[in-house]
Amino acid sequence: MRFVVRRLSMFLFTLWAAMTLNFFIPRFMPGNPLQALEARTRAKLSPAALESILSSFGYKPNAGLVPQYFTYLKDMVTGQWGQSIGLSLGQPVRDIVFQSLPWTLGLIGLTTVIAFLLGNVAGIVAGWRRGGTLDSWLPSTLVVTANLPYYWIGMLLILVFATTLNWLPADFNYDPSILPGFSPGFIGSVAQHAVLPAFTLLITSIGGWILTMRNNMITTVAEDYVRMARAKGLSDRKIMFNYAARNAMLPNISGFAMSLGFVLSGSVLVEYVFNYPGLGYQLLNAVDNNDYPLMQVLFMLYTVSVLVALLAADFFMAWLDPRAREKG
Amino acid sequence: MSTQTPPDALLDVRDLRIVYDSPRGPVEACSGVNLTVRPGEFVGIVGESGCGKSTLLFGIAQLHSAPARIAGGEVLFRGKDLVTLPPKELNDLRWRNLAVVMQSAMNALNPVRTIGDQFKDAILAHEKWTEERIRERSAEVLRLVAIDSVHLGSYPHQLSGGMRQRAMIAMALLFTPDLIVMDEPTSALDVVAQRSLMVQIKELQQELGFAVVFVTHDMSLVSHFSDRLLVMYAGQVVEFGPTRKVFDTPSHPYSKSLLEAFPSIRGPKVPLTGIPGDPPNLANPPAGCRFHPRCPVAQDVCKTDVPDLYTLGASADVLSRCLAHRPNDPIDISLATEVTAS
Amino acid sequence: MKFASLVKNRKALIGLILFGITVLVALFPGLFASSQPNVIGTYAPKLGFSTAHLLGTTSYGQDIYTQLVFGARQVLVIALAAGAFATVLSVLIGITAAYMGGLVDEFLSLITNVVLILPTFPLMIILARYAGTSNWVMIIVLVATGWSYGANQMRAQALSLRNRDFLEAARVRGERRAYIILFEMMPTMTSLIVANFLGSALYSVLAASGLQFIGLGNTSQDSWGTMLYWANSAEALQSGVAMWIIAPGLAIAVLSAAFALMNYAFDEIGNPALRPVRRKDLRKARKAAAQSALDEEKGAADVYADAA
Repeated sequence: MRFVVRRLSMFLFTLWAAMTLNFFIPRFMPGNPLQALEARTRAKLSPAALESILSSFGYKPNAGLVPQYFTYLKDMVTGQWGQSIGLSLGQPVRDIVFQSLPWTLGLIGLTTVIAFLLGNVAGIVAGWRRGGTLDSWLPSTLVVTANLPYYWIGMLLILVFATTLNWLPADFNYDPSILPGFSPGFIGSVAQHAVLPAFTLLITSIGGWILTMRNNMITTVAEDYVRMARAKGLSDRKIMFNYAARNAMLPNISGFAMSLGFVLSGSVLVEYVFNYPGLGYQLLNAVDNNDYPLMQVLFMLYTVSVLVALLAADFFMAWLDPRAREKG
Repeated sequence: MSTQTPPDALLDVRDLRIVYDSPRGPVEACSGVNLTVRPGEFVGIVGESGCGKSTLLFGIAQLHSAPARIAGGEVLFRGKDLVTLPPKELNDLRWRNLAVVMQSAMNALNPVRTIGDQFKDAILAHEKWTEERIRERSAEVLRLVAIDSVHLGSYPHQLSGGMRQRAMIAMALLFTPDLIVMDEPTSALDVVAQRSLMVQIKELQQELGFAVVFVTHDMSLVSHFSDRLLVMYAGQVVEFGPTRKVFDTPSHPYSKSLLEAFPSIRGPKVPLTGIPGDPPNLANPPAGCRFHPRCPVAQDVCKTDVPDLYTLGASADVLSRCLAHRPNDPIDISLATEVTAS
Repeated sequence: MKFASLVKNRKALIGLILFGITVLVALFPGLFASSQPNVIGTYAPKLGFSTAHLLGTTSYGQDIYTQLVFGARQVLVIALAAGAFATVLSVLIGITAAYMGGLVDEFLSLITNVVLILPTFPLMIILARYAGTSNWVMIIVLVATGWSYGANQMRAQALSLRNRDFLEAARVRGERRAYIILFEMMPTMTSLIVANFLGSALYSVLAASGLQFIGLGNTSQDSWGTMLYWANSAEALQSGVAMWIIAPGLAIAVLSAAFALMNYAFDEIGNPALRPVRRKDLRKARKAAAQSALDEEKGAADVYADAA
């Protein structure tokens, strides 16, 4: 129970810190939201309308900083996210977010999970068999592939598969001429458009998983309890999974949650390259157009998802590793 | 060369050579080790750190892993050579007839699984017992080592050091094997727990009749409990015989020096003599007798002639690797003065 | 000592060579290409490969190869500067937290973990957008988002060292705390610090190029990331100037690979269990074992032959 309380409080504290950061950055950086807004809307709206839009995300320059801050916190938490002042002027931020969220979750989320699972299994096997030909060049190759600029890889894939061979589409999440729905045509189109971006992410992220799991396995296999399992006469496969992998996996789980943060934030560029209308794509548009309400909400969402993933990983770890429960 | 293998030998290690493949070339950790164990016998193996005793133990149990490999010799267990036995047969033997107890139970037990689960693993690897029978047997072996069966549901880190060690011994007894090899099981415990564990092992041994090969650096501890004592130095056996004989009248200068390094509680106060120098580099061992650089009674001929393991005593039950016991042309060490280490 | 083992390691050697080449190019671009990479219209646009234009020209008539050569310096400067500062910061914070313990440790760890968790790229985008496009801003942004990972590592290692005997001996000798930290602890941690630096440099190369790619860097300056930015805006892929995208991306990949290989080599140096068990060594060993077995049999056969 103490464990749970500590984790939850850490979660809340970090969330608060992130939101506070989110609040202060626009205010302490050069540039005035009101001016930017005026420039953006080219005086199509009256100053009063502008001010009401701004105040909906907590920017009341005439009110004190402290009340602004608390209104902001309240609004964020209760889902009053205001309206966009960027490309889609006036559209509720909430709508924009909920439209883009599933695409990002689907593409990025699914790809990360697949990369994690595939990578870990490959890593387990690679770490278990040492000394083979695979082992001599695999780590170096993976070290290189895991650190390639994935936006460049994305563009290369576009070059080969879309521009040259014309097998797969290079843009968007589905063919705009098809009506969204559960029709096979639509689903097929979605799948088709997801292949290149997903593949880009998969290639670049799987290397890291294989490598860390392999290294963990190597360290674990040298442990006494693995030798003990051999002494007891257990089958190789049982030792590999129940004794070695089970322990080697532990550091990877919290690593997975951490990486979720990196992947989510990194996928911004993949969405940019492929014009895939997920959260990352929206973030870039928001930044380009000084769309403060949207920017703040998106940043908060990114933080929340990473924190939730970390929390889940912590609880999962505690379930898997009895020693973690006591550490609290 | 060695004593005749007793016809009822449970374990017969013949000329075992274990080599480590290091980047700088092969290093022989065990050079031609001979060892026999009779059923129900308690054999202690003592030596300094780095003399090769743990390597020997793991080599015998076929638990060594790269870069260590068996470069020669045989390990005859119940008549079968473990070195060349096909893996399936070897696995069958494991735990049923040959069990292992390691040094640190904290490291040797899987930290993420309960004691009961680990017992179950060992059982299910060999037999298809029912859950009920597994639980019964697990509780039974725990009782043998005076641990309450409620701990079947505990994790290793929840038990005390002594309890963990006893739990490991209990696990080794699941199938009442013929031979249990133990690698310094008491080194991680305090003296009181050490003695109580040793007493427990001895009692169990007498009750259940298994043989024990016990590796340790603590000669005085093991000598209270062992039937025969084997002293190792620089990867070789330097003395092997009944404990009382080896302990009371050591034949090899190294064993003698080891014993003299331990103070006696009774008797007059004598200045302690240690063994000068460092253990030799096994990648490039000394020529002739490996102990000669540190031997208090070494002579010139020791630097060139390589001693074999010679049989001694009226009952031919003691082996010693010293030129003093060479049948033709033995050297005389009784009057030798201290020679400085070369 | 460490340098020698680095050179012996094959991976590290490759990484070092690649890095060395990049440094040479960055320091003396004039040796590798003629000047004036950026002036629009110097050459005819969208030319293919030729001896005059090794990699062709851009849609704006600039020589791609020249741009690549002159772009190396900015990338390297940012990577090394950001890497160095981030490492210094992580070392300071990590070691202080570990050594001081107590409230100081709790406080510093809290800050480290919070910064660690924040989604870096969105944060960087927002910061870069607001703070402008100068190189120094880029470096500051990179350092601010990249120090936390290393700080945790430093703290962990410092903690494990803190109770070691040689430090206890220093304390008993009466050495001052600063002395202990600087002259006893840190030398033991050099591999970790160097590995950290390489990791931070790697991160900076990729992150900086990424930011430049979306236009948040200084777009008028020569750099590989900005080349990608301009290429993307001009739709290089579709308009047949693929090399404009391929070349700078490849350069970024090569430099990242260099840092990554050297970083991994340092990991291996620190943890010998990870070193590759080379096939040929195993084969040699097996041959030797087989040979000695053969010799034994032969010897036994000889004995029988003699006895017969």
